Amino acid sequence: MIEKTTDKQQTKEKPSTDIRIMDSSGCEGCPAHNRANLLKLGVDMEDWDFVVALAGNPNTGKSTVFNALTGLRQHTGNWPGKTVTRAEGGFEFGEARYKMVDLPGTYSLLATSLDEQVARNFILFGQPDVTVVVVDASRLERNLNLALQVMEITDRVVICLNLIDEAKRHGLEVDERRLARDLGVPVVPTSARYNQGLDELLNAIHEVAIGEVKPKPRRVKSHSPMLKAAVERLESQVLELYPNLPNSRWVALRLLDGDEDIIRSIRNGELGELITLDELSAEQRKELTPEVV
Amino acid sequence: MTEKATTVNDLLKNAQELRAQVGGDFHEKVVEGIFTEAAQIADRSVTRAGEQPRFDLDRWIDRIVTDKRWGFVLMILLFTLVLWITIIGANYPSQFLSSILLDKVHPWLKAGAAAIGMPWWLDGLLIDGMYMATAWVVSVMLPPMAIFFPLFTLLEDFGYLPRVAFNLDALFRRSGAHGKQALSMMMGFGCNAAGVVATRIIDSPRERLIAIITNNFALCNGRWPTQILIATVFIGGLVPAHLAGLISAASVVGVALLGVGFTFAVSWFLSRTMLRGEVSTFSLELPPYRPPRIWQTIYTSLIDRTIYVLWRAIVFAMPAGAAIWLVANVNIASVSIAEHIINFLNPFGLLIGLNGVILLAYIVAIPANEIVIPTVLMLTVLVTGMDAGAGRGVMFDMQAGSDILNLFTAGGWTLLTAVNLMLFSLVHNPCSTTIYTIYKETGSVKWTTVAAVLPLVMGFVLTFFVTQIWQIVAAVL
Repeated sequence: MIEKTTDKQQTKEKPSTDIRIMDSSGCEGCPAHNRANLLKLGVDMEDWDFVVALAGNPNTGKSTVFNALTGLRQHTGNWPGKTVTRAEGGFEFGEARYKMVDLPGTYSLLATSLDEQVARNFILFGQPDVTVVVVDASRLERNLNLALQVMEITDRVVICLNLIDEAKRHGLEVDERRLARDLGVPVVPTSARYNQGLDELLNAIHEVAIGEVKPKPRRVKSHSPMLKAAVERLESQVLELYPNLPNSRWVALRLLDGDEDIIRSIRNGELGELITLDELSAEQRKELTPEVV
Repeated sequence: MTEKATTVNDLLKNAQELRAQVGGDFHEKVVEGIFTEAAQIADRSVTRAGEQPRFDLDRWIDRIVTDKRWGFVLMILLFTLVLWITIIGANYPSQFLSSILLDKVHPWLKAGAAAIGMPWWLDGLLIDGMYMATAWVVSVMLPPMAIFFPLFTLLEDFGYLPRVAFNLDALFRRSGAHGKQALSMMMGFGCNAAGVVATRIIDSPRERLIAIITNNFALCNGRWPTQILIATVFIGGLVPAHLAGLISAASVVGVALLGVGFTFAVSWFLSRTMLRGEVSTFSLELPPYRPPRIWQTIYTSLIDRTIYVLWRAIVFAMPAGAAIWLVANVNIASVSIAEHIINFLNPFGLLIGLNGVILLAYIVAIPANEIVIPTVLMLTVLVTGMDAGAGRGVMFDMQAGSDILNLFTAGGWTLLTAVNLMLFSLVHNPCSTTIYTIYKETGSVKWTTVAAVLPLVMGFVLTFFVTQIWQIVAAVL
């Protein structure tokens, strides 16, 4: 049984503007070196130290990233809606064992369709150690809608800026440093189809997982003052009820929106259970992870 | 405990009050906030390098493949081409495999069994039953699958399938179904169980049920080989040799399109009777065309689909082979059990232009459509008493093509039987895996029953009318 001691260790908090993708001090820090140590575990995984969720819009290459990291060959296809259920696999990196969960592709986490629920419930109740949001570099604006929503629920986000080859082909250039600074989370440009940038992605996941990098995600600010007041009032009440809830603001927003799913999870105490999850061991947590659909 | 419960209620009550205060457009405001933020961030980090290329290849291709008229023509041509390559290409490896597995290995196994003094019934059960069923599955099914699936996956990888969905969307909407049903139908062309799971992308329960019930009309992996074989043997045989491949391919495309037609018709029927309601709208993103990574696609589609389907067929074919050997060799009143059943089913079978053998094969093949052809062959050999040295109740060595035609003709098959078999293969109950998946997805015995029984009844009605009309026309001519 492996306790999650690492993220409780006191690590020097880096300012969010200084998100470094890799540490290039000699061979040890070189991504190529680490990549050689990547052990693809496929589905053969007994125990894991960290859970990584893979979210993103449909058809951004989530399954391709998933396959590249886990060595699985989940069927990928060039059409939206390929993954409707969760796929799980594992890999070992930096002496830690990771379980990776490929979530269905969605445009948002607000609506009520089944695939959006699967994705949202996993990020909320499954409490992954890291959530990787795969975004399409050539359609950044639309893809960021989802990333911003994920960042409302969890801090531990890594943005995988995928399909940069396609963006280039369309004459687009994305400044990933600027993006990382604006979002407050690590951003890794990749081209998963051609195996580019995956080493850096692994490093970023690892750094967030062990707590070496603590993302400070930007929260949506552009609400009207009246809205803001209502959200704040409700949030303080939520916090009163669940003092340790990491995403109290998001829960308040959802309550204000009349989200049936969230109301239900407050009624049946499911949300209350969440707060204690952090203190549980990996094994116990695994049991609590809801079997979605 | 009670104290906390009241706080929870307070919170929810408070939320409700505040919701009334902020007004009904709260949801829109939140979404707007997110969109504005996303637009600002994206705007800051994205730069457009120089001028946009004047010629946009993607848009040019899209204009052609989603054209109102030419889109459909192109679609039919593309699928015919894929099937034509499959039919032409599958012939040679199929002959090669059957010459090895049936001509060489089978006698060798028999000789081996005789040498170690294996009792006749065990030898029959293992070699003539289980081995032969498996050998048939491999030699008849593996070659077309190994060609068809990679080709289909290449089209998928390229990004063509969402365009097909786009083309079909208007038709789906007109039949009262959800446009995304086109995508779950596409999945159904691979496997209906997967297609049923894929309907989860449809939000409305009503439209989702329609998609689940009609998914069976998409020809699945297990049925493509049946269609291809019967079309090659019977329909291809009607025309001169150089046209045979093309005509067979066209007839398989015809059956597949008929399936699409039934999907629309049944969706239309359901949305006006049992599942009435509004059509919901959605936006479908046409993904960019991506050059397929040919080798990787071929590799993964071989591993994921071909080997998967083949394995499933073998798993079901082995016990089925044993069972068929048993019913064919255990006699009651000096007639085998199989013949009793076939004779019992024959009158009804002939009424709908099939025969007892085919109906029995469809009962045996409920777990997997893949084994229909091997079962039909095995049972036909038994009924006709054709003896090719391997004995009654044994599937003996034949090569794809004329030998199978001879066998079927001896079994009383006509062109009508072949046409009806192709139709019945399209319109009958889903396999047990799919039925179970439907039950899991809907959680309803009622809708599972509808999904299982409706196509079966339709199949009977369809083949009955085809047979009656065929016979009337034949009598007049």
